[in-house]
Amino acid sequence: MAPEQTLEYPTPPIRAEAVPPTLPRGGEMREKEVQPEHRPATPWETDAHAAATALGLFSIGLGAAEIIFPRAIAGWLGIRRRQILLRALGAREIATGIGLLSGRGRATWLWSRVLGDAIDLGLLAAASQLRHAKSRRIAAVSAAVAAVTAGDVVASIRASHRAVHTRQSITVNASPETAYQFWRCLQNLPRFMRHVELVRPEGERRSHWVVSGPGGLRLEWDAELTDDQPNRLLAWRSLPGSPVRHVGSVEFERAPGERGTVVRAEVEYAPPAGRLGSKIATLLGRDPSQELREDLRRFKQLLETGEIITTEGQPAGRSQGTSWRYDATVRGEREYVRF
Amino acid sequence: MKAACWYGKQKIDVVNVAEPRLLNRHDAIVRITTTAICGSDLHLYNGVVPTMERGDILGHEFMGEVIHVGSDVRRVKSGDRVVVAFPISCGQCFSCQHGAFSHCENSNPNAWIAEKMLGHSPAGIFGYSHMTGGFAGGQAQYVRVPFADVGTMKVPETLEDEQVLFLSDIFPTGYMAAENCNIQNGDTVAVWGCGPVGQFAIRSAFMLGAERVIGIDSVPARLKMARDGRAETINFQESDVYDALMDMTGGRGPDSCIDAVGMEAHAPAMIGWYDRVKQLLMMETDRPFALRQAIMACRNGGTVSVPGVYAGWIDKFPAGAMMNKAITIKTGQTHAQRYMRPLLERIQSGQIDPSFVITHRLRLDDAPRGYDMFNHRDGCIKVVMKPWS
Repeated sequence: MAPEQTLEYPTPPIRAEAVPPTLPRGGEMREKEVQPEHRPATPWETDAHAAATALGLFSIGLGAAEIIFPRAIAGWLGIRRRQILLRALGAREIATGIGLLSGRGRATWLWSRVLGDAIDLGLLAAASQLRHAKSRRIAAVSAAVAAVTAGDVVASIRASHRAVHTRQSITVNASPETAYQFWRCLQNLPRFMRHVELVRPEGERRSHWVVSGPGGLRLEWDAELTDDQPNRLLAWRSLPGSPVRHVGSVEFERAPGERGTVVRAEVEYAPPAGRLGSKIATLLGRDPSQELREDLRRFKQLLETGEIITTEGQPAGRSQGTSWRYDATVRGEREYVRF
Repeated sequence: MKAACWYGKQKIDVVNVAEPRLLNRHDAIVRITTTAICGSDLHLYNGVVPTMERGDILGHEFMGEVIHVGSDVRRVKSGDRVVVAFPISCGQCFSCQHGAFSHCENSNPNAWIAEKMLGHSPAGIFGYSHMTGGFAGGQAQYVRVPFADVGTMKVPETLEDEQVLFLSDIFPTGYMAAENCNIQNGDTVAVWGCGPVGQFAIRSAFMLGAERVIGIDSVPARLKMARDGRAETINFQESDVYDALMDMTGGRGPDSCIDAVGMEAHAPAMIGWYDRVKQLLMMETDRPFALRQAIMACRNGGTVSVPGVYAGWIDKFPAGAMMNKAITIKTGQTHAQRYMRPLLERIQSGQIDPSFVITHRLRLDDAPRGYDMFNHRDGCIKVVMKPWS
């Protein structure tokens, strides 16, 4: 074949028969919501969930008691005529309890419990100064509240440290062999993973990772391949002692009908236990599954076209060629407009 | 360079912007010799397409001379006179390799926005909102053409710009609309909307073997142009479209119907974009008139082809008519690259001269006036602009 012919783009026949009546869904990406039944929850997550549920039920029970029997409680503590205050505290407890059981914003609700505990302890200290106060009983209750506070603090810290776990897939117009080989050259990862600055292979299975995030965040760790099945699967994890516990895997599966390769990637980032103030949650932006999806899209573009298309640097009738609101993917921003 | 930029609803300005440069290795830079305003640009003009940004350069129907090419461009070179297809297509993905160029999987860097709205993303499109990539368009003196090997076609010097310019969009769009009708010899085809795409759909339907074509519109100049193209016409403001069609077809109904109107059948159909907009528009959703009428009027077992642009949701879709009458619905953004060469051959062989549709020739500086005239429709069917005069 003459070289020119290979470069000529084949113009398909003009009648519609040239195209299969139903175009198979090529190149599509589906976000798989990770359901508990698909993935066993880590012990860490199970603990946090159980703790939040227990504390939520406790809150509702205590709150109900304060609202229904304020006179009895006040009498027992020797702080008469404080029923309205007790009812208000009860309402607060119930609100927090419902929030915890709702399963949303768990960390926030748990921290609000810690705040509530502090208020309660302060009020108890004030109550002990009242004229008819039953000091011993108030001391006992204070001790109990302090114990609960400790539990709340532990649960709050744990809930704030939830792992980021996400899974995405894409279909690539290339063989599993090509797709695997491109990924297996780990130094290629920064070409399509936006938050990965560098991956330096160190021997057969080990590699050194440099990862950057918003606000100048920069983390380094060593990782090892935990599974390597040529043309099928790669799995890796960070080594003990890393500032981040990172686990990842990618599967390459021949698409039906010889229509390329389905690439399924799964990653998890978790802060090591006991460390406060971790920025891991922001490492992948506000929407980690979106970030992984864009990584896979860039992987597909590189494999199919050899480059990643951009609009950065084009002209426009404004100060910048791209849109601050909509062009996050080409601008390298990690915030996506909510639709 | 000069470029027509969008600054809000019905606000277009021609401003000075930087000249485009090569950004990807498959890019080419084209010096534009002729450009046009497309009917679908009016959706942008009227502010019903979301994800537009102030300062976006408009335009997706243009042609010119290649002046720079990137290192990976093979088929075109500096000095080539080319027409550029409106979808941006890589030529390498599954969709492109099956001729579905407007579904290119690699050319829309903002595919995620379209996925949220449509489930899957179409290809990138020049100058047509950030949902389709936010690419600078071609109502300008220069344009950057990504994947130039796939998106450009050389045109012979013997043909004028005005004869080949519409290979970029509206001629293939009208042609694909007719092709989607699966026309058999002797068929009757009804075309809702006699704007530029409708005009090409009418002529293409005849080319593909239709015996009768019926154009439906209310603008006298458009109806006259349709009649010039051998179509019969119905003015929907003067007569009931269904009754007229039944009368003309002896009660059987047209074998195929083409909705060349789309979402602004005097009403936007972008329901569901923002909740508030959704609520607001819910009062106006009775407006995909053309599509509804087409399904109701089409004969049993017929085909409804939809080249008209829809972007969101429509209300009161006649599903009962569609199902009981066994209607086939075919639609899609035009796979322009698939049609450019065969249609060029039809122009070369004299079967059609697409310049018939042009009613106004302006300078690029007059783009705001061009949009305004086109939007008011009367007497203005197609505006072409010269960026260098």
